[in-house]
Amino acid sequence: MEYLKGDVQIPDLRVNIGPLSLANPVMTASGTFGYAREFESLLDLGRLGAIIVKGISLHPRSGNPPPRIIETASGMLNAIGLQNVGVDRFIVEKIPYLGTLGVPIIVNILGDSLDEYRHITEKLSACEVVAAIEINISCPNVKKGGVAFGADPAMAAAVTRTVRETTSVPVIVKLSPNVTDVTVIAKAVEEAGATAVSLINTLIGMAIDLKRRRPALANVCGGLSGPAIKPVALRMVYQVAQAVSIPVIGIGGIATAEDALEFMLAGATAVQIGTANFVNPRACEEVIDGIGDYVLQEKLASVREMIGALQVG
Amino acid sequence: MTQYQEKAAVIRIERLSGDNVRLTFDCPDIAAAASPGQFVMIRVGTGNDPLLRRPFSIHQTDEDGHLQVYFKVVGRGTGMLAAVREGAEVSILGPLGRGFQVADSPACLVGGGLGMAPLLFLARKLSQLKRDRSRDTIILGGRTSSEVEPLVKDFEEFGMTVVATTDDGSYGQRGFVTAAFSSLSLPSPCTVYCCGPEPMLAGMSVLCRTRGYSCQVSVESVMACGMGACLGCSKPNRDGGYVHVCVDGPVFDAEEMAWNI
Repeated sequence: MEYLKGDVQIPDLRVNIGPLSLANPVMTASGTFGYAREFESLLDLGRLGAIIVKGISLHPRSGNPPPRIIETASGMLNAIGLQNVGVDRFIVEKIPYLGTLGVPIIVNILGDSLDEYRHITEKLSACEVVAAIEINISCPNVKKGGVAFGADPAMAAAVTRTVRETTSVPVIVKLSPNVTDVTVIAKAVEEAGATAVSLINTLIGMAIDLKRRRPALANVCGGLSGPAIKPVALRMVYQVAQAVSIPVIGIGGIATAEDALEFMLAGATAVQIGTANFVNPRACEEVIDGIGDYVLQEKLASVREMIGALQVG
Repeated sequence: MTQYQEKAAVIRIERLSGDNVRLTFDCPDIAAAASPGQFVMIRVGTGNDPLLRRPFSIHQTDEDGHLQVYFKVVGRGTGMLAAVREGAEVSILGPLGRGFQVADSPACLVGGGLGMAPLLFLARKLSQLKRDRSRDTIILGGRTSSEVEPLVKDFEEFGMTVVATTDDGSYGQRGFVTAAFSSLSLPSPCTVYCCGPEPMLAGMSVLCRTRGYSCQVSVESVMACGMGACLGCSKPNRDGGYVHVCVDGPVFDAEEMAWNI
């Protein structure tokens, strides 16, 4: 396309996650953006590609005892314990506001059993505002949930199938990096009907307080996030993007447009910004602006040209 | 409540004693919106390590858009902030949290160590209201003279009675602020505003309950976001659940808290 001098160029940042169209590839990662309202005075929520809200369970959860977080080199460990208001309060208290924002709302769900996943999905499917569901099969913090589903291809597929059969909205499965071969799980959930996969969730880690000779977190272990995990996340996104044909959403230490574009080169159709929201509440908007600048500078017809465009060898 | 993320220039650095530093920032939006007991999150560097902002209570603001924090160098983050140069810009997020609920009744402000930081802002606010100040008291305590003495004259500006204590007796009365508080005959009703280490807050909470004073406590916690998103700064409450220091506090009614001392 040719532009005349003085034309304002608007970069084409649109991407599709299955049937879901996003104005740009930047979403908020679950658990790092609350229920969005917390950030309303600090950035323009209407510019986000999508908002993924804090993980929701069937019943409210009060979370783990403190200390729940500890900073580590270029990252942080958390063991929040999936604290949330429960699906019923979420629908009454949070959905109405989210519905006014004019961006796709994706609800992250978690459960202890297939029945629990099914019940939450039924309740959320009745809400028009819910554009997609992201299934947390990988949260490492609650002993009975998370890891058991995410680490086993058959269980991961069973959860995916349960949710897929209960709703007509796109189903994104959020993968755990705490497995031997993430592509095996990715292929299993694709086979079970996932619309897309998102990865990576946090890496299980640990920190020790030498002075007190105790674990830094009350939960002993926690999930590592932040820039420290970006190389691991990039590698896993790259591997999964080659193994499946559904869209891949990249997560892990993304704080800048350059980070996001690297994930797209590795095969991600979109990205999620997590820990960076804590450090810079405007991170998502800055990443969107930066991707737009790059698309114009590189004279790309669309940001979609970046997806999987990595040249190897 | 509106929050701001400001690039704030450092306009004054005061080393009040060995490790205690007071910084003044040009930070007009946050300064104008802040109330006593609220806090800010400051980014101490620009790189990825240290990654997270650090929470600081607001020590003081003025009508010219200045905001002060007062802190002790305790680790790498506070060390980096203390090493900042005049004219440098740092990113400040705020004002955050729920501050003190200012009451009409006579006030007793009790600060232990760095806990005296937010009380200066509160004392100024109390002094600006149309109320009788003659029966207000401020108790400032620390381990030793250098933790207490440098701030005493700032607190004396407001025409309230100031009592100082040190654990080692090097300045003011020897002993803890709780002992000084117990020995005072305060008016009743009285609102007690406290900030300091948790054992002190727990002690003040018991003393106030016994005497029928209403007691507000400002607590601290490790935080990642400071705005209710990460849910990392939980503290146990009386109901067996958790409150979050950043959005439910940092100032709580003392009766709400379950102390783990």
